[in-house]
Amino acid sequence: MLRFILHRFGHSLLLLFLVSILGFTILHLAPGGPLSQFALSPGMTQAELHKIAERMGLNRPLPVQWFDWFTGLVIGDWGHSFRDGRAVLDIIMGHLFATLLLVISSTILSVGLGTLVGVLGATRRYSAFDYLATVGAMIALSIPTFWFGLVAIYVFSLKLGWLPSGNMYSIGDESVLDYARHLIMPSCVLALVQVAIWSRYMRSSMLDVIDQDFVRTARAKGLARSRVLYAHILRNALIPMITLLGIQLPTLLSGALVTETVFTWPGIGRLFLDSLGYNDYPVIMGVLMFTAIFVLLGNLIADILVASVDPRVRLE
Amino acid sequence: MMTTANDVSTKSNRKQGRWMSSRGVRRFVSHRLAITGLLMISAVALLCIVGPWLLPHGMLEINIIDRFKPPGTDDYVLGTDELGRDLAARLFMAGRVSLIVGVAAMILSTLIGTVIGLVAGYFGKVIGTVLMRFTDSVLCFPQIFLLLTLAAFLEPSALMITLIIAATSWMEIARIVSAEIRSLRERDFVTASRISGASHSWIMFRELLPNIVGPIIVAATLTVARAILTEAYVSFLGYGIQPPLPSWGNMLNNAQQYLDTAPWLALVPGVAITIAVTSFNFIGDGLRDALDARSDMP
Repeated sequence: MLRFILHRFGHSLLLLFLVSILGFTILHLAPGGPLSQFALSPGMTQAELHKIAERMGLNRPLPVQWFDWFTGLVIGDWGHSFRDGRAVLDIIMGHLFATLLLVISSTILSVGLGTLVGVLGATRRYSAFDYLATVGAMIALSIPTFWFGLVAIYVFSLKLGWLPSGNMYSIGDESVLDYARHLIMPSCVLALVQVAIWSRYMRSSMLDVIDQDFVRTARAKGLARSRVLYAHILRNALIPMITLLGIQLPTLLSGALVTETVFTWPGIGRLFLDSLGYNDYPVIMGVLMFTAIFVLLGNLIADILVASVDPRVRLE
Repeated sequence: MMTTANDVSTKSNRKQGRWMSSRGVRRFVSHRLAITGLLMISAVALLCIVGPWLLPHGMLEINIIDRFKPPGTDDYVLGTDELGRDLAARLFMAGRVSLIVGVAAMILSTLIGTVIGLVAGYFGKVIGTVLMRFTDSVLCFPQIFLLLTLAAFLEPSALMITLIIAATSWMEIARIVSAEIRSLRERDFVTASRISGASHSWIMFRELLPNIVGPIIVAATLTVARAILTEAYVSFLGYGIQPPLPSWGNMLNNAQQYLDTAPWLALVPGVAITIAVTSFNFIGDGLRDALDARSDMP
């Protein structure tokens, strides 16, 4: 197990290295590179720009610059916002709770619902329900998240007046119930795509297990149908789904960005879009790198979890 | 000897047959969803091509007096927007843009993904590992974050958006192709052509590539669906196709503020996106069944 974890960890470190090189490349794609912030300010002469470039160390060889940037990334020195001078990492942490709240609640929702639909579809293969679930999932995958959010706001906030149309809480009322009321719509909207994906994978994962020998053995022993289903098939079918949770992280975060925009949810996605509007490059790069590292860690954890549940994986 | 003979016959089978065989076509046709998708997207494309000529108003024609007309009033089939422009005319023109961007991005990303996957799968070892780890590292970035950063840093234009979408969506295809190639690489027909002196590029593009056209077509179809969605997301957020050039995404950009008074402004483009994307997903699903390709795409 330790060997497996070390191996996985090494793999993640390699990926982190590659991710940082990509990030560094993107940083230099900005018009004028890291200098762009100063180039925009009025009355700036070429000579002054040159001086700043020297002070920032921009005339050193690129690998040296990259190394500086990378060490900053690792030790948590992510630079300061152009807008208010606060440390980038602090700003991101300030928005993390909202995003985690949204992402975790919608994951719980989609895992629950998706597993149910997937299991029902697999146990009733080619039934009317299975067919409907398949087509439904394909349509759900085709609906733009932000548009689904707009429709939900129109129906449930503007027409029915049941739910608030945005924000994480009402000013003056920050009770748990108030948070919950604000959370319902965004998390359902974000969950739409996830339910579709989860139910499809759950169905095929169930079907992969259903025909295996140990299931036949369990049936032959005369175990009750429900016991075979829950204790044998479902338990084994859920293992690859842990990996899926990790794989789906980028999609989930992208969806969160859009959902946060529609519902004015104060998370990382909103922070990112606001920073884009202000050309706040340190925060833009910070959020971009943060999401990539988040995905990397999520996948590492998922892999280790799978290996701890399923010893077969460790031997690969 | 037996295996060699077998492999040679599967090779020729796979090469001409399989993905183009009448069996495949029959399976596609019998796939009701796929045919529905094909009909839907044909209808959408046709409307977008000829639609603007059939309508009484041009897409840039501003009639302030006629602003916020609900669908069906006067000769505005789908109503008008905040400047009194005909929504139908804008929808069809936007459809041209969105579909062209989607298909162009698909072609580009399929090319990139196929070449990277082919090279990585064929050479394996160092080159293959480096390329696939690179692919993995691009996949670490959530697509929308990466897209928006690139779109904000680079000059936004329809061409640039297409390039950026392609640059952020080739990874799945690269993975599929490299996995397929890795399993084909050790086959006897590859050894045979290597022994007969074929060059690497000949083996890659003339021997191996024809065998994986099926999975590539499936993945490419699903990539169109995704590219259309992606363009809609980025344009909705204001960093994609820029007005006055309309796209389905940027039509929704300021629909949110008129949601209460003019809900059709939000409803119509969203339905158009959903229909187009659903069509491609249906077609992709049918093709997957017909070509019997295994693919990781949901």
